[in-house]
Amino acid sequence: MAHKKPKLAVWKFSSCDGCQLSLLGCEDELLDVAEQVEFAYFLEATRARVKGPYDISLVEGSITTPEEEERIHQVRKQSKVLITIGACATAGGIQALKNFADVDEFISAVYAHPEYIKTLSKSTAIADHVPVDLELRGCPINKVQLLEVLGATLVGRKPNVPNHSQCMECKMSGQVCVMVAKGQACLGPVTQAGCGTICPTFDRGCYGCFGPKELPNTSALADRLGELGLDAKQRSDLFRTFNAAAEPFAKESLKHD
Amino acid sequence: MTKTTSRIIKVDALSRVEGEGALDLHIRDGKIKDLKFRIFEPPRFFEALLKGRDFSEAPDITSRICGICPIAYLLGSSQAMEDALGVSVTGPLRDLRRLIYCGEWIESHVLHAAMLHAPDFLELDDALQIAKANPELVKKALKLKKLGNEILEVVGGRAVHPVNLKVGGFYKVPTKARVRSLIEPLKWAIDASRDLALAFGGFEFPDYEYDYTCVSMRHSDEYAIQDGRIISNRGLDIDVSEFPDHFVEEHVAHSNALHGMSKTGEAYLVGPLARYNNNFDQLSKMAQATAKDAGLGKTCLNPFQSIVVRMVETLYAFEESLRIALAYEEPDASCVVVTPRAGTGHGCTEAPRGICYHRYSLDKNGLITKATIMPPTAQNQKQIEIDLHGVVERHMDLADEKLKWRCEQTIRNYDPCISCATHFLKLNVTRD
Repeated sequence: MAHKKPKLAVWKFSSCDGCQLSLLGCEDELLDVAEQVEFAYFLEATRARVKGPYDISLVEGSITTPEEEERIHQVRKQSKVLITIGACATAGGIQALKNFADVDEFISAVYAHPEYIKTLSKSTAIADHVPVDLELRGCPINKVQLLEVLGATLVGRKPNVPNHSQCMECKMSGQVCVMVAKGQACLGPVTQAGCGTICPTFDRGCYGCFGPKELPNTSALADRLGELGLDAKQRSDLFRTFNAAAEPFAKESLKHD
Repeated sequence: MTKTTSRIIKVDALSRVEGEGALDLHIRDGKIKDLKFRIFEPPRFFEALLKGRDFSEAPDITSRICGICPIAYLLGSSQAMEDALGVSVTGPLRDLRRLIYCGEWIESHVLHAAMLHAPDFLELDDALQIAKANPELVKKALKLKKLGNEILEVVGGRAVHPVNLKVGGFYKVPTKARVRSLIEPLKWAIDASRDLALAFGGFEFPDYEYDYTCVSMRHSDEYAIQDGRIISNRGLDIDVSEFPDHFVEEHVAHSNALHGMSKTGEAYLVGPLARYNNNFDQLSKMAQATAKDAGLGKTCLNPFQSIVVRMVETLYAFEESLRIALAYEEPDASCVVVTPRAGTGHGCTEAPRGICYHRYSLDKNGLITKATIMPPTAQNQKQIEIDLHGVVERHMDLADEKLKWRCEQTIRNYDPCISCATHFLKLNVTRD
């Protein structure tokens, strides 16, 4: 064999497995992907474990325990290109809601013996701990974007992943604006595109699962949400879900807390 | 032999399961000294972070417990809220909920049976190796899984964390044309899933049976998926709201998942085997015939055969999907109106891995004051340890590496969803 296939590793930290499942969800492309790369470490799919270093590491999940805090450095050391996938890895995920609360109270609310539980007070993004080469947003990620990023990385070009707002995406696809036409609360103006315009096509405002776009005007949107009848708690909660700890969303939610 | 022999077998990070778990096995003089199935998936405190949130947010937030079975959370929490708020979702909206749940059973069952579990019976590392020997089988499985995901997309907007489900029903009902587009592929899938059930029925199954206490839902006129009463093969027959009176969770030191058990401390089984044993009479004629042709009786007590049961259930889910798609007419309203009020509600559905129970208390403004969620893998954890004891005792003569694999396979019988159970695997075997 003249060329060895690049080695792909998939790592899990605190998460729901939904983003790595998106890779197994590429039913039409999975066998082709397997022609191009070696699944060197992918616990959800295979018993086989090939030693690093790895050419591409996909990292799912956030850092929530002292063990994870150590392990991410080991992963970084073994990875040529490290790509974080999904809202947990890029922003701390839904579990970052604990960043806004008393963690001891959280543990005792769920577990009878808090002394058995080892957890950090905050859930943090991978980039808060190690350098990250590329972040793929979403809760969950969009598998079309995942294939684009994998393909681009394999051939060494920049991946085509837009960073404009969901609002722009709706306009480009001719989707009627649910906020203007129906007065629905929508995070589209401040949320990065990428999901494929799902919620508005189901008569629902964007709930921000792709996280903040670059330089979002969250305060102007919050004002408008107020005019639409959302009280302070509702405005705060809308910004405080799967990307609660992403800085622009965290700051805006605290203003209305 | 006077010398003490010790064997330590460890699986540090279990593969082909969803989430993180491990097994420690310590054997001394041919007897199990210690066996622990550990869940080290980090806790994410869902019950705590729901406090103070609006009732309407519970479906989207709890769906993030699991990327493989989000419907169990979207729908279980919705139904619990509906119970608390005094409304019920019936007729065509209930049919649509059953359709999307069939989609989840299909994608989850086919993923597990064909891609995660089947390699064990062929002594292969993964499904890609099966694809080298039998590409048609793997391609067929991928196509079936994809169709399950398409059902999720048509009804819910996307396969992982669908957006279209809410307390009271849906944001928007799918068009008749979209639902009807599923009909032809569904007809193919019924035959294709029968082929897979028969292929898996031909595997050699390790020798092990257990007289399980099977707990599942039962519905008066259909194979229970999204609602019904909670029953067991030992005579239990209760309303969903009575669940806390009969089942408890215990927090043990070696696991981040709470262990579910009956109030008297006994282990029980939930999931495909439990459903099959309790509700075989309600499967379709074709599903029953396929089970028989694949080597199953009316009850199945060998957990290794769960792979066949999953495909029988998959076949049934395709038949149900076809039935619903053929009859589908767009309902006039996409949801029933819900008004916040104080109260407590219970919800329970059959997730692919077994019953998933939710309970929420609300204040007068509809804000959540208390949340309790009992996922299926937490309930199965105690039974998994019992099965491991039984399988290790029966297969003690296997070399360490083979015994380790057999233990992993025993755990995978349960399709454990560790992400769910931790509100779970590594195998560590020690032989002295």
